[in-house]
Amino acid sequence: MSTKLMGEAVQRVEDDRLLRGGGQYVDDIDLGALHLAVVRSPHAHARIRSIDVDAVLDIEGVHAVWTYDDLDGAMAEPLPLLIPHPTLTHGRTQYALARDEVNYVGEAIAVVVADDRYVAEDAVGRVVVDFELLPAVVGVEAARAAENLVHDDVPGNIAARSVQQNGDAEAGIKAAPHTLSLDFDIERSACMPMEGRGVTARWDTANGRLQVWTSTQTSTGVRAAVAAKLGLDLLQVDVITPDVGGGFGVKINHPWPEELLVSLAAQRLGRPVKFTEDRREHFISSAHERAQLHHVDVGFDDEGRLLGLDVRFWHDHGAYTPYGLIVPINASTQLVGPYKTGPYRVTFDSLYTNTVIVTPYRGAGRPQGCFVMERTMDAIAAYLGKDRADVREVNLIQPDEFPYDHGLVFQDGRETIYDSGDFAAMLEKIKTLVGWDDFESYRAEMAAQGRRVGIGLAAYVEGTGAGPYEGAHVNIESSGKVKVATGLTSQGQGHQTAFAQIVADELGVPFEDVEITTGDTRRMAYAVGTFASRAAVMSGSAIHLAAKRAKEKVLRLASDALEADPEDLQIVDGVVSVKGSPGTSINLGTVAVLSNPLRYAFDEASKAATQFSVGDASKPPVAEDDEPGLEGKDFYSPIRSTFASGMHAVIVETDPDTAEITILKYAVVHDCGTVINPMIVEGQIHGGVAQGIGGALYEKMAYDESGQLLNASFMDFLMPYVTEVPDSIDIDHLETPSPLNPLGIKGAGEAGVIPGSAAIAAAIEDAEGLPITAMPISPSELFELRAQHAVATTTPEENR
Amino acid sequence: MAENTAEKIHDVRLEVNGVTHAVAVPARRLLSDALRQECGLTGTHVGCEHGVCGACTVLVDGRPVRSCLMFAVTAAGSEITTVEGLAEPDGSLNPAQQAFRECHGLQCGFCTPGFLTTVTAGIKENPCPTHEEAREMVAGNLCRCTGYQNIVKAVERAAEIARGDAPAAGPPDGDDGGLEAATGDTEVARKDDASTTGLGA
Ligand code: FES
Ligand code: FES
Repeated sequence: MSTKLMGEAVQRVEDDRLLRGGGQYVDDIDLGALHLAVVRSPHAHARIRSIDVDAVLDIEGVHAVWTYDDLDGAMAEPLPLLIPHPTLTHGRTQYALARDEVNYVGEAIAVVVADDRYVAEDAVGRVVVDFELLPAVVGVEAARAAENLVHDDVPGNIAARSVQQNGDAEAGIKAAPHTLSLDFDIERSACMPMEGRGVTARWDTANGRLQVWTSTQTSTGVRAAVAAKLGLDLLQVDVITPDVGGGFGVKINHPWPEELLVSLAAQRLGRPVKFTEDRREHFISSAHERAQLHHVDVGFDDEGRLLGLDVRFWHDHGAYTPYGLIVPINASTQLVGPYKTGPYRVTFDSLYTNTVIVTPYRGAGRPQGCFVMERTMDAIAAYLGKDRADVREVNLIQPDEFPYDHGLVFQDGRETIYDSGDFAAMLEKIKTLVGWDDFESYRAEMAAQGRRVGIGLAAYVEGTGAGPYEGAHVNIESSGKVKVATGLTSQGQGHQTAFAQIVADELGVPFEDVEITTGDTRRMAYAVGTFASRAAVMSGSAIHLAAKRAKEKVLRLASDALEADPEDLQIVDGVVSVKGSPGTSINLGTVAVLSNPLRYAFDEASKAATQFSVGDASKPPVAEDDEPGLEGKDFYSPIRSTFASGMHAVIVETDPDTAEITILKYAVVHDCGTVINPMIVEGQIHGGVAQGIGGALYEKMAYDESGQLLNASFMDFLMPYVTEVPDSIDIDHLETPSPLNPLGIKGAGEAGVIPGSAAIAAAIEDAEGLPITAMPISPSELFELRAQHAVATTTPEENR
Repeated sequence: MAENTAEKIHDVRLEVNGVTHAVAVPARRLLSDALRQECGLTGTHVGCEHGVCGACTVLVDGRPVRSCLMFAVTAAGSEITTVEGLAEPDGSLNPAQQAFRECHGLQCGFCTPGFLTTVTAGIKENPCPTHEEAREMVAGNLCRCTGYQNIVKAVERAAEIARGDAPAAGPPDGDDGGLEAATGDTEVARKDDASTTGLGA
């Protein structure tokens, strides 16, 4: 029986192994490796006068200690700037080991390789670095003020200034009957996967090959970087991504200094070497995101229809720019959401600070953009005294307006053209799901009990599935098993399950017979990586196409063997048969045997194959346009991104005395195009929503003015436990398939986090009756806001 | 010449999942590290090394303990159970493991061993947790992937399976250090997933 698996909540094939403790995360790979530990800067900004490592080599169990002076060739050059951009005029990247200056607490200065991590850390403690301290630039305001510079040769601390516009926003605003000027602020947070970064490498001296296992979101990227930095040929390097304990963006940046240094150490010492990041290191030496200040000028008519939107923002990208401008570009282009903005201009400065680098964190700039747009919508509604949903409604792009061109250039360098969607239907759905129209009676009911509640709503559109491509290779073995490889990596998204569903459907084979491999350059050397909610769109499509190719070959060979027209054949449960005459059939495994003219009868399938004959006796055994084996390989490369969308609505309660904020209801309507596995999609939404709540109410990077991160532990950085997330998240689906790919998929990985801060801020504002313009917000900050608001709005008479 | 910085090494016998591991460790070696490296049981994960995330939770004499906060030498003489020792003697998943699978209570799986050990002990102590108690049971463990929605469902489902509320047809389980409560059958229960998780297609 073969029913379609697409759209089914198939249980995950990954789980059995993971539930038994059988996962293989990078630190679990046991090669008897030496351990590398890193000497990190304790200062946010300093010049290195000298480094004394003499005390280290005396420690028993230490094999090597290296500083910048021990690096040569490409290793002594700055790390690559992965994604250059014409406006990134002053991009800077760090060295694998700091050369003469450090620019954030946590920057790598030296490495020690020792028998185990304990000894390596002892040795790290004995390295003496003489610093000349320099003033630290911390936070957007300080960066803008530019009284001190992070990099001497970067004036104003400005790495990039970008302007995009679609029409004359200034004129639109000037001519509008109503205008508002608004300021919004979002703080730093971070991905914080439960597994930090980690890498293990082995140098095979006999064969001159390097094998690297790393907890990454891009095996192929790391491979290219390691090969280039170590001066190896690409084909000398394998990069394998084992199980990854969460990524959320931070593991797309590469190469990390440690990925290079571990590889170099393995090669130099001729022994396997590993690095496993600890939690403090993850806080101070991986990456953060989100910090931006925004100023909005907006013009609108009596209905709240946008007539002109001018946004200026300042993005804090930390000490270096290895990942280019992806985050602020996303923020600036995705800000427009599901709306027709009228003429729009967006200008941003991407600024250096002496803090940890910024690279994408789930949402990657979109939460900030969404916060700005949605808070603006709410401000317009408040100004006009209108229902907040109504103001949104008049601005929505209508279903008959797709494809909708915003006239902006997206992060992939392509146009921001929405492929499909139905935002009006979505708004109706979210209002129903959260009980928008009945809220006033609920508010009154709660007020009667002395309780204060508020409701908020936020919408987003997320460009997903960015190119340039992904590929897939499908190989049907003579056992009938189907081995599939795609190059991007997995960090818990259930790719092995979802992709197997696609293959089983296309090939007509049992789900259990499909085995998916991701992130192994030995199996698929061309791949991009897992980010931008692109895995299902890109690899899902590539796998579908590759399976189709394999199927074509199956049918061609089977039609020859069964002497039937390919059109008359069907594949069900791994058996090819003639429609209407099920007795005339051949197993896929047997077809696999027939696909290879070299036929040693090693297995049952090979013996079974002897009864069939295929091929044209007048041609060579492998015809010119053919190749041996039952395989299919294909690549998927879309013209531009797909655009998923969604709306969240939240009901919060705020404590009149303590200002404690509690989420009473969280509702989600989302549209990620065709759903492969609703169980997995909902899981992604749950996780995203929890991260959104963390970002809205709890998480921030508490830097002091000298650039020390004061909360660099799970004790002090408040990541949500179950006690911080609502008891249920109500989800409703809408499916508007994308016309851009064969399955209509749009991707769902990041969506859940995007509108969290916007929706929660709106709900708090509604409960409190005072503007919420900065997130995250803690009870004490809300308490403080109440006090300020009371002073500001109290008239002299009331003051009597 | 290497300085004599060598630490005193202690010979310790660790009883893990019913197997004795003779390990030689310095006094400062954490139980989490000894389990992962000396014993080769890498199912126990380290997410913070400062006692906050719960990923490293193992059972010491049946009680959940953060193995990153205990020295290996301290654990000598205790019965330790790690995630690798949770399955039933016949190899089938225990109620907590089954429930996490059914309810999609894991994504990347890194936090999962800590949740499974915690829940395995939790439902033994409280076989009929209320919804609030189910949340409370996992309130000390961090997960960055799932948003906890399905983890709470899995706790409730695990208790149900352990109580035998699920239709029973599986082989009776043996003794596994008294860690598992009564088992229901697993096969029938698994097919039930759509209705129990609310995630049906
Ligand atoms: S690793 Fe032990 S509690 Fe986090
Ligand atoms: S499943 Fe990834 S941290 Fe919990």
